[in-house]
Amino acid sequence: MHMLHIKNGIVIDPKNKISKEKMDIFVKNGKIVSEDEIKKDECKVIDATNKLVVAGGVDMHAHIAGSKINTGRTMRPEEMRVVRTIANKFRATVGRVLLTSPAIGYEYIKMGYTSAFEAAQPPIGALHTHEELDSIPMVDKAALPVFGNWHFVLKFVQENNLEKLKTFIAWALERTKGFGVKVVNPGGVEAWMYGGNVKNLDDQVPSFNVTPREIILSLIKATEELNLNHSVHIHCNNLGIPGNYQTTIETIKLAKGFENDKRQVLHVTHVQFNAYAGDSWRNVSSGVEEIAKTVNAMDNVTIDVGQPIFGHATAMTGDAPFQFTLHKLLGAKWSNKDSEVEGGAGIVPLVYLPKNPVHALQWAIGLELGLLVDSNKVVVTTDYPNGGPFTEYPYIMTMLMSKKMREAELQKVSPYVQKASSLPSIDTEKTLDEIVHMTRSLPARILGLPNKGHLGIGADADIAIYNFNPLEVDPSNDFEIIYRSLKSAMYTIKDGKILAKDGEIVQEHWGKTYWVDATGKVDLESISNEIEEYFGYYSVEVRNYGVEEEWIKRPERIVI
Amino acid sequence: MALKDVICTFCGSVCDDVQFDTENYKGKKFCKLGSSKFSKKERIKSPTIEGREVSYEEAINKAAEILVESKKPLLYGWASTVNEAIRLGVILAEKVRGVYDQSASVCHAPGTLAVIEEGLPGGTLGSVKNRADVVIFWGSNPMEAHPRHGLRYSISAKGLLVKGRKDRKIIVVDVRPTTTSRLADIFVQVSPGYDYLVLSALRAIISGNADVVPEMVGGVKKDTLLELAEIMKKAKYGAIFYGLGITQSRGRDRNIENAIKLVQLLNRITRWVIWPMRGHYNVVGAGEVPAWEVGYQYAIDFSRGYPRFFPNEFTAVEVLRRKDCDSALIIASDPVAHFPKDAVKHLKEIPVIQIDPHPNMTTLVANVIIPSAIAGLEADGTVYRMDCVPLRVKKVLDSPFWSDEKIIGEILRRVEELKG
Repeated sequence: MHMLHIKNGIVIDPKNKISKEKMDIFVKNGKIVSEDEIKKDECKVIDATNKLVVAGGVDMHAHIAGSKINTGRTMRPEEMRVVRTIANKFRATVGRVLLTSPAIGYEYIKMGYTSAFEAAQPPIGALHTHEELDSIPMVDKAALPVFGNWHFVLKFVQENNLEKLKTFIAWALERTKGFGVKVVNPGGVEAWMYGGNVKNLDDQVPSFNVTPREIILSLIKATEELNLNHSVHIHCNNLGIPGNYQTTIETIKLAKGFENDKRQVLHVTHVQFNAYAGDSWRNVSSGVEEIAKTVNAMDNVTIDVGQPIFGHATAMTGDAPFQFTLHKLLGAKWSNKDSEVEGGAGIVPLVYLPKNPVHALQWAIGLELGLLVDSNKVVVTTDYPNGGPFTEYPYIMTMLMSKKMREAELQKVSPYVQKASSLPSIDTEKTLDEIVHMTRSLPARILGLPNKGHLGIGADADIAIYNFNPLEVDPSNDFEIIYRSLKSAMYTIKDGKILAKDGEIVQEHWGKTYWVDATGKVDLESISNEIEEYFGYYSVEVRNYGVEEEWIKRPERIVI
Repeated sequence: MALKDVICTFCGSVCDDVQFDTENYKGKKFCKLGSSKFSKKERIKSPTIEGREVSYEEAINKAAEILVESKKPLLYGWASTVNEAIRLGVILAEKVRGVYDQSASVCHAPGTLAVIEEGLPGGTLGSVKNRADVVIFWGSNPMEAHPRHGLRYSISAKGLLVKGRKDRKIIVVDVRPTTTSRLADIFVQVSPGYDYLVLSALRAIISGNADVVPEMVGGVKKDTLLELAEIMKKAKYGAIFYGLGITQSRGRDRNIENAIKLVQLLNRITRWVIWPMRGHYNVVGAGEVPAWEVGYQYAIDFSRGYPRFFPNEFTAVEVLRRKDCDSALIIASDPVAHFPKDAVKHLKEIPVIQIDPHPNMTTLVANVIIPSAIAGLEADGTVYRMDCVPLRVKKVLDSPFWSDEKIIGEILRRVEELKG
């Protein structure tokens, strides 16, 4: 029996309202247990005296597996010239921002993150996504299939047939072994098949009598009636276009009228890319204040940041028309993938330069979102690898806690941010408790994972210990210590096993793959005619479509 | 008759609508190529070491010893096996600090180099079937190489917007008439080695610079090019499928680069996609799997303990020519039949391990021969169709032969034991 006693740590556990308390944590069989459940003489003891002890980090939105990141790797061998580890007891790992699958698992664990969600799974490529997830060691994972341009969805929304839409969602999650409903530029990717895009929530989608507004509302309704773990997770229309913050606000307001006492009903992702005011790249400015006001005034919407990190990145989204726009804008290489009757995707490399006015503004907007949105509603992400590496989460976390650090960083960037954003005048400094919440308990709540993101009895024993004393170190002034400590955890414990120590991997481990089974709530027979009809437009047989549970290394089915 | 649904494991079309009669050992709905693969053929009967019949365990032991004792083994082939085996093979190559290379390096790899330069604006075969009203086969001949491609995806396929052959314009560009060009609406004959110029001329015309195009380009009249450009611009959704005709002729990767630039340009006017006509049923997986495991698609050297990619140096042919490997593991491939003489010469001089269901020319030089089950018939696993769509091929027959996945897995396990 495997038991751990983590002694004398300074614990921050926002979900359980524990703030910098000296306490012991006990682990048995991969779970957090109470003191009387373990035998102390059989325990491995970890001395965490005066060190920060928190739950393992939860990355709720990153592109870590599947055809997009793998096309990125193929397109960009230059990314792979950075050697991280040489093969020995563990795998060789390479990658600058784009990482190989083993590198992804190792880097998350070194940083104290223990779960990561692939944020856009092309449904027909589900098996590929799962093969790559299965090649990522160490962390727990899951994938969100993309729904917003799928012809089944457009058809059921057009017919206003909520029951069939619900049934289809349950069918699709089961077939793709997916976790929840992702929506990318609803209607816009279908328009791209004709060379266009949609411009606002009420544009009509070509060949279908539906609008983005109707698609979003119907998917929220269906997801809520199915009561899935996670809400609709949306990448808004008009991403990357000056003036788009208004579309974002309109989209956020679509959540009005829906209620869920456990979680939000709409999660708006990588909002940084959708928070631009102005009407061209010449006069673009931040639209964060309005967005923050809207999100803060609602109690059923959450967001994540999508923070750009200066340096290299690779844009990869299901938003194929946006990727083409980016290719034209940058003159960079471009991959596109139109996908059956499901949607599409694109991949374009880019680099964020501090002296470039637009890039500096994007950087400032990301930080504004982190600072101005209520800490109970905003999650730290880089939309990896769109904004940059997830390995720089500690940079974002530290910046949000230290005005001093921000002032130093502001010196290095284009002065354009001084007039186009309010970042220089924001005095807010998030507390360490808030930052722990924004990277642990909040994403776990948003995803609907009750055993993640906290250290209460019964939680998964996913724990990070960092080498500083939160009672003594002041994040506002000692930001260098905090940044360094958060970059490489003193210990990362996953399922009760010590996987990393002082930023080095000590043990390989394979996490679970979560998927949500809602088929018990619907009558799959009711859509069999439509499935048959639309599979006439597929290039594979319906019997060969999808992923069986036994093909996945450690599947974890969540039955609704 | 016991008909079972199967998925064909011959060419990159990976037809998943075919059936197999397990009692009579006969396929149904297959094309000629697929039928031949799914019929009884000569098999390697038993594992052997230097011609002596041995058990699987002994052969695997010997194979592991050879790999561990080598300074730099070459692990080559992979295009005709499943991802599960490929993944273990990549890890094995990393473990023994060898070279991983796959069949693409002698066929579609120039296309990969072009992707590195320009990306790949493409789509799945289902998008082509549903939307493409103009399809160009450039240096490819699906009627011979991918016989059901046209029926299922690209020529007469019935899709959502394009209902069949009548709604679709088929254009073939090649150096000689082919079985596909006979079906085409337009056949453009290019002088051998002049594809790059023809692509450049089309780009010039479409970007409004027709005046710089001479009367004749690469054996094609300017009028024909003007007509072609007009068709391309007027297409609602066009697709170019290119083949070895332009990846392995003068210009190679530069031809593909130019074609991709043409497609980039066309997308400023209407919608176009471009995609390679990949040959073996899982040559895509043989590149995708190492890409996620170690960062590159082919020509990967692990001699320093981390992956390095350099196509001029680490492709199998170059490694063999340079005598830069001291053993080789050849799986699901026949380099002796297809490689240049000087490369084959070195293969004859070093210990060779072969894993294959069927004997071939490489069997003649192999020291350790390990027969395997046929994927798609006797073993299951994941493969990627030419457009990267994953399909799980099936096991419908029991077989005394081990699967590639099991064989490679056991070699890997033994190598780990030996290395301690």
